[in-house]
Amino acid sequence: MFKIVRREEMTGGTVILNEIEAPLIAKKARPGQFVILKANEDGERIPLTMADTDPKKGTITIIYMVVGKSTALFKTLQVGDSYQDVIGPLGKATHLEKVGKVICVGGGTGVAVLHPITRGLKEVGNDVTCIIGARNKDLLILEDEMRKASHDLRICTDDGSYGHHGFVTQVMQQALDKGDIKMVVAIGPVPMMKAVSKITKEYNVPTMVSLNPIMVDGTGMCGGCRVTVGGETKFACVDGPEFDGHKVDYDELIMRLQAYQEEERECHKKFCTIRDAK
Amino acid sequence: MADNKEKAEKKSRVPMPEQDPKIRARNFLEVPTGYTVKMAQEEAERCLQCKKPGCVTGCPVGVDIPGFIDLIAQGDMSGAIRNLWTKNALPAVCGRVCPQEIQCEGKCIVGKKDAPVAIGNLERFCADYEREHGTGELPPKQPPTGKKVAVVGSGPSGLTVAGDLITKGHDVTILEAFHKPGGVLVYGIPEFRLPKAIVANEVNFLSRLGVKVECNAVVGRTVSLDELFREGYDAIYVGVGAGLPKFMNLPGENLVGILSANEYLTRANLMKAYKYPEVDTPIPIGKNVVVLGAGNVAMDSARTAMRLGAESVKIVYRRSRDEMPARGAEIHHAQEEGIELFLLTNPTRYIGNEKGRLTGMECLRMELGEPDDSGRRRPVAVKGSEFQIECDLCIVAVGSGANPLLTSETPDMKLNKWGYIITDNQAGKTTKKGVWAGGDIVTGAATVILAMGAGRQAADSIHNYLTLGW
Ligand SMILES: Cc1cc2nc3c(=O)[nH]c(=O)nc-3n(C[C@H](O)[C@H](O)[C@H](O)COP(=O)(O)OP(=O)(O)OC[C@H]3O[C@@H](n4cnc5c(N)ncnc54)[C@H](O)[C@@H]3O)c2cc1C
Ligand SMILES: Cc1cc2nc3c(=O)[nH]c(=O)nc-3n(C[C@H](O)[C@H](O)[C@H](O)COP(=O)(O)OP(=O)(O)OC[C@H]3O[C@@H](n4cnc5c(N)ncnc54)[C@H](O)[C@@H]3O)c2cc1C
Ligand code: SF4
Ligand code: SF4
Ligand code: FES
Repeated sequence: MFKIVRREEMTGGTVILNEIEAPLIAKKARPGQFVILKANEDGERIPLTMADTDPKKGTITIIYMVVGKSTALFKTLQVGDSYQDVIGPLGKATHLEKVGKVICVGGGTGVAVLHPITRGLKEVGNDVTCIIGARNKDLLILEDEMRKASHDLRICTDDGSYGHHGFVTQVMQQALDKGDIKMVVAIGPVPMMKAVSKITKEYNVPTMVSLNPIMVDGTGMCGGCRVTVGGETKFACVDGPEFDGHKVDYDELIMRLQAYQEEERECHKKFCTIRDAK
Repeated sequence: MADNKEKAEKKSRVPMPEQDPKIRARNFLEVPTGYTVKMAQEEAERCLQCKKPGCVTGCPVGVDIPGFIDLIAQGDMSGAIRNLWTKNALPAVCGRVCPQEIQCEGKCIVGKKDAPVAIGNLERFCADYEREHGTGELPPKQPPTGKKVAVVGSGPSGLTVAGDLITKGHDVTILEAFHKPGGVLVYGIPEFRLPKAIVANEVNFLSRLGVKVECNAVVGRTVSLDELFREGYDAIYVGVGAGLPKFMNLPGENLVGILSANEYLTRANLMKAYKYPEVDTPIPIGKNVVVLGAGNVAMDSARTAMRLGAESVKIVYRRSRDEMPARGAEIHHAQEEGIELFLLTNPTRYIGNEKGRLTGMECLRMELGEPDDSGRRRPVAVKGSEFQIECDLCIVAVGSGANPLLTSETPDMKLNKWGYIITDNQAGKTTKKGVWAGGDIVTGAATVILAMGAGRQAADSIHNYLTLGW
């Protein structure tokens, strides 16, 4: 059993943070890696990136958006409750290397995934500019943490309620125009990563994205997480989740993410009805 | 003896009672319901108690077949199961899943003229009888040796090693990547062929003997082999199976609706998705389903799809019926349940719609040509024979390879060119000191009984190492 020792609600309860006791995983995890969690006996195995780890305390932190049945179930877990299963660390760790000027672009809960990577890139000596975005001010997460993790933080909101009025891609393009950017890391909704990659390709700046296909085992055993990168099939759980953003077939990923949409909607509806009746 | 022989010639094989095909094709309950005591004894009487029993030579672990069958005939069920256990730690499993027709039963003398003695059914009977009526008494254990062994993977191979070493007095911990122990027995082979309660019972038996089972431990990620040694383990057995799904590399393979058998069966069995939405893991329900391949994995996928409510399920296989590698009983059961065989048929590409979902596939008809290296006649495509099959779900069951997750993190353990671990054939020693390996990760995808046999040999060798040295 993996006990929750800290829980926070962000953005009015649509994003939840859990700090969980998992000493073995905390000891081994590196930025960019993820865990798979299962709440109870009949639960689904859900992949979530570690937003932080504390090897001394033996804890890992996850930050997730409540989107469907399983994440809604996770949301009901309080401090002192436990996840039945937490498996990890999974996936390849981010290759952290000093290259010079780097831009990290994050959208939505992608910012949580971006956080340890940004911090790692800064620690190895890069000059890190961070651009994070959300639909509006209330949906923005980890602003203080990202400010600390980077040299320069820019904020964008789609509705202009905070920071730059517009998309992260516009702010990124301005930064690219100033030149000398050696690498871009983009993590967020698939359409955002697609848009970022399209622009950075024009500028010929190497770009890394972190993909989130549907997974089951997370150990390369089922192939459910297949993505096409550079015309080749890759298993995101073991070959990734980070890939060269210029080579990813985003349209295929978007379609594959919808594989269970109808089933999931039914399951979630049923869960909400039962929960709300209680 | 002569008396026995006469009886045997008169009696034909006691048929295994089974659920009616029409009913069972839509439920997940076990298909064969098992012999009664009376049936078992009647079948046991058919055994000629051969002096030089062919059947034993056909069993990879050398079960004393006439011995245990004689005990059944005498009504000593407790003696029969104890006899079985000396060679086979999981008779409830083997009785159900061994390919008996090419192993023990294939070599039974009675089979020359009549149907062979139903060795598998009898083995299963003994184990089930013990589970339901036995005292649950544990076998004796040697005094503690103070040596610690880690067993990586909880498939039949790992379970066998754990059982053997715990009774020899060692301290044994199983490390399993999944959240439940049992390997293919829980994630691959479906409930209707091997009820999960049976596997849980076997694991529980080991726990009662003192084996510790740690799930959610992905060795190579959560902990490495070298770290296990540093934590104080004296020896390690690697039985991680052949868990890497093969695809056919056909155009359109990543369309929604094309799953590896590993994914499909894991969702259905381990995650119990057949109960969705009572449980949280979904599984695609195909209307028209195609399964590629013709082994046990393909049969299990096809029969699962049928039970989940498919209108049609087709097995597409490029060779002929004779080359189908699945157990005879499974092919027979599948056909009874309405699964169609598209033999001498090879898929060439998948067809999808604008939403990226599978709508069909194109296939070529094949004919048998000259024999290939394996001695099987090689299928060759018939020119211009393309045709389309309409389908919304395709399950790819064309074999599996070596999963590199653990081995790639263990560079000092040598692999062959396909990524399987190299061992000395007898004892299962790898090239890394203190590490043994066996089962599918050494042989490639094989059978439960072979994985168990490898485990038993390795356990003996590990025991020698722990008491005598490498
Ligand atoms: C390696 C990896 C790391 C991830 N890290 C995080 C993280 O740090 N924080 C976070 O909030 N989410 C993360 N995700 C996504 C998260 O796993 C999904 O949001 C979650 O599985 C949804 O489960 P559900 O049952 O609540 O929703 P479902 O009912 O399964 O799905 C609800 C909706 O989300 C879509 N969906 C389903 N699965 C995914 C998926 N894997 N990714 C995106 N959308 C999906 C469905 O199409 C559906 O429309 C990560 C995914 C992967 C593969
Ligand atoms: C669907 C299906 C049907 C089959 N039907 C039959 C049949 O009817 N008859 C028959 O004889 N054989 C059958 N087989 C084959 C048989 O199941 C296998 O040969 C046998 O299970 C191999 O045993 P094993 O112990 O080597 O590995 P497995 O049973 O594969 O077990 C390996 C275990 O190791 C775990 N593992 C993997 N990597 C790690 C890691 N890094 N760290 C920790 N744990 C890890 C896995 O999760 C798994 O639990 C079938 C196989 C399948 C897939
Ligand atoms: S273990 Fe398998 S091969 Fe051996 S006797 Fe039993 S069923 Fe036959
Ligand atoms: S070969 Fe057949 S008849 Fe002879 S001992 Fe074995 S099971 Fe009995
Ligand atoms: S999640 Fe199963 S192979 Fe990646």
